[in-house]
Amino acid sequence: MKKNNKRESIIIAVILLVVLAVAFYLDAKLPSYHIAIKVIKKAAVYSLVAVSMNLLNGFTGLFSLGQAGFMLLGAYAYAVLSIPVDKRAGVYQYFNGGIVKFSLPEVFSGILGQNVGSVVGMIVALMIGGLIAALVAYLIGLPVLRLKSDYLAIATLGFAEIVRAFFQWNALGPLTNGSNLLKSYPDLGGASSYLILIGLFIAIILLLVNSTYGRAFKAIRDDEIAAEAMGINLAHHKRLAFIISSFFAGVGGGMLAMYMGTVQALSFKSTMTYEILLIVVIGGIGSITGSVITSFLYIASLEWLLRGLDSGEFLGIQAPGLFKNGFRMAVVSVIIMCVVLFFRKGIMGDRELSDLLKSKKHTSKGGARNG
Amino acid sequence: MAESVLHVENVTMQFGGVVAVNNLSMDIYEGEIVALIGPNGAGKTTAFNCITGVYEPTNGKVEFCGKTIVENHPQGKMKKLYAGDSKELYPHVVSHTPDYITKMGIARTFQNIRLFKSMTVFDNVLTAMHLRKTSNVFSATFRLNRKEELAQREKTLELLKIVGLDELKDELATSLPYGKQRRLEIARALATDPKLLLLDEPAAGMNPQETEELTAFIREIRAQFGLTIFLIEHHMNLVMDISDRIYVIDFGRQIAAGVPAEIQNDQRVIDAYLGVDEDG
Amino acid sequence: MQGLLPYVINGISAGGQYALIAIGYTLVYGILRLINFAHGDVFMVAGLIMVYASASLPMVLAIPLVLILTALLGFVIERAAYKPLRSAPRMSLMVSAIGVSYLIQNLAFYLTGGLPQPVTNPIPWVSDMITVFGAQTKRVTLVTPVLTILLVAVLVWLTKKTKIGMAMRAASKDFETAQLMGIKINSVISFTFVIGSFLAAVGALLYFTNYPNVAITSGGMPGLKAFVAAVFGGIGSIPGAVVGAFIIGLCEELIKGIGYSTFSDAFTFVILIVVLCVKPTGLFGEKATDKV
Repeated sequence: MKKNNKRESIIIAVILLVVLAVAFYLDAKLPSYHIAIKVIKKAAVYSLVAVSMNLLNGFTGLFSLGQAGFMLLGAYAYAVLSIPVDKRAGVYQYFNGGIVKFSLPEVFSGILGQNVGSVVGMIVALMIGGLIAALVAYLIGLPVLRLKSDYLAIATLGFAEIVRAFFQWNALGPLTNGSNLLKSYPDLGGASSYLILIGLFIAIILLLVNSTYGRAFKAIRDDEIAAEAMGINLAHHKRLAFIISSFFAGVGGGMLAMYMGTVQALSFKSTMTYEILLIVVIGGIGSITGSVITSFLYIASLEWLLRGLDSGEFLGIQAPGLFKNGFRMAVVSVIIMCVVLFFRKGIMGDRELSDLLKSKKHTSKGGARNG
Repeated sequence: MAESVLHVENVTMQFGGVVAVNNLSMDIYEGEIVALIGPNGAGKTTAFNCITGVYEPTNGKVEFCGKTIVENHPQGKMKKLYAGDSKELYPHVVSHTPDYITKMGIARTFQNIRLFKSMTVFDNVLTAMHLRKTSNVFSATFRLNRKEELAQREKTLELLKIVGLDELKDELATSLPYGKQRRLEIARALATDPKLLLLDEPAAGMNPQETEELTAFIREIRAQFGLTIFLIEHHMNLVMDISDRIYVIDFGRQIAAGVPAEIQNDQRVIDAYLGVDEDG
Repeated sequence: MQGLLPYVINGISAGGQYALIAIGYTLVYGILRLINFAHGDVFMVAGLIMVYASASLPMVLAIPLVLILTALLGFVIERAAYKPLRSAPRMSLMVSAIGVSYLIQNLAFYLTGGLPQPVTNPIPWVSDMITVFGAQTKRVTLVTPVLTILLVAVLVWLTKKTKIGMAMRAASKDFETAQLMGIKINSVISFTFVIGSFLAAVGALLYFTNYPNVAITSGGMPGLKAFVAAVFGGIGSIPGAVVGAFIIGLCEELIKGIGYSTFSDAFTFVILIVVLCVKPTGLFGEKATDKV
């Protein structure tokens, strides 16, 4: 068993290193606007958000649909805190340059030097976004976490809509720029830097899930009443899962803002939450590996591989009448429905990469479940 | 006389107009095995739920090792509806969630097995040790609690050996045969490190041989863990064989109490189980 | 007060439209314990069909066609996306509903080319302008609440007096027992979806008379609000859904009336969260408990 574990760890480490090496290579060879780099960046961000949603919906069994709301909080926090000072007048043109008069990357550049400082500043801004999301999750969790399954879903969905409206409110304009765009803030860098940072966050979630707290979360998912009878405080643990999930959703939102280059409350609709939920489901509820793989598959097909379905030519077949704008999404949603209906366990079920690498004897665990 | 581990005093549980448990008082002393029996629907499981904090009784008090863990008097709508008595005796309201009561040292099993179904046998038991952890979410995530985690894993393995499930530790809990699932539920309850163990129909669905094994097993764990055991059971052989004392309830009310020999010959108990001919 | 009057009238009208959608949610939730996220999109599709049908057919044919096709759509969705998941956990069912919603929107996007379809041929008579207490409005504003109440009355009669209605109520009380008592649960469920979609189609006909176009996202907000209304009234209860819908409709228009249009949508959800926290079963809902 011990030996086996070691072998798995080595294989996983090798896979991760190869992925990272490829990212570094692409960063060096391709221009930053190249589709491959964009796909990796966006997919990495989606992975983080999907994994954070999986932590809540998959591992703790809390059906929450507030993801877009928490992402919005993180995205705005990042943007507001890192727009360079000299660009603020332009961005906040209707609000007199806004009320925030500093930029974290610049502040840290002053202390730590240009390169290190601005990266540190950006990461600090992301963290603050996560913390704000976590704080709001704590507050909103006090009332809504007492609700059961679908009521919780609809309450959190409602919460996300409230946040969205709130951020478009003109009275908050000096902070949020009202319903206008926030832009001109810095991006962390190429595909490799996204992968490293997000890999780190996902690793933390993975560690959490496999800790004693992760077991408590799964116990709540499996049977609330039994979990409570075994001394697991439901309110405390649900809140904990909700806060941690929201923290990473906030950070993910910040990175999404970074990737997109502009941010606007209008775009954080419930459709975004649905999209992420479907990624989680297709990857397999309760599988972090599944969420990551599906994020990459989903983003790569949508942004890249299936582009042709929208523009007349796909796999060499020319059919401008059929392959027109919107066909790509229609095809993707049909595929999604097929998975939801016929492959209910998703790509990975609730197994992880390490489960796949185990020898036959050990995978009987997963096999028994599917049988 | 040994110390009273569980003291139940005038507990009444009323749902709307239905009185499920009516003025129930019991005492269980250290090291005893006590059975709670009664016909179907007599209110046995409801009594368990009142003790473990799943339900808040309408009236009455429960003490565990001298500490009040549950106390209530009719409130709100129940003020009018309450059909029992002695409601003046309990001015305080003490109410804890089930997890708190488990932490104090009362563990239980369920009538309809409630294992963590996605987990292995090993993880089921390990998870039940979560409540004794000293780590917080950060130290646990970043593995600063390695020592504690290892100790818990060792203890889990030990427990599984004692209940005879160590060879099945990597199987999914729900893939075990029924009798073994019941054992696993007991092992899981033991992992919370209880003083008092409540077993809700531990022999339900077992054949005579399995029941006999279970009887021996319950005695064994009592000795090994210094437990006090309170159980609900329908298998009379097991009840009469294992119990030091028995409480009998019917329609939520206690109708008899005593050692097995007394209960076996109690006319009220026989009537409750077999029914009385009203005219005769 | 005079200034708020048009908002009150609009509120009642919006309430009527939400009520027609909310009934679909509440009926389905009652039986399947499913938030049918696709219901708002069925509503949108009804609007689209109306746009296309009224462009090529006379109104007397177009309206029945919309009603029939929408009811059929509800039926097909249930058979294709929910029936296979009868024994699956509730979460899978909800995910499937979200998937259907996603699918309908994307298909609609493809078919319409992503452009909002202008309502060029509104239904005559109801779309005429009239003056109520000095406020200009379309006649549909007055027709909606009346028609809503009428349809609800018919529906209540249906559930109380007819065999299929009683079967519906039995199924929502206890799914399995109803099945054991010989109720053909699948036809009851299909019937529920047909009624729900039919009412949503009526709602769409009225709703889009007031709007210049039908966009693929048009169903989202009214759908969510109608769902909130159903929760507010106590999900599973028809009168509850109707009362909830009128309250939500009024609140939302009044918020606009006092100058906080940004928050008219958000306020609905504030109501939702407050109701869920204070009385999770809504105004007329029944309490359900888990057995230990």
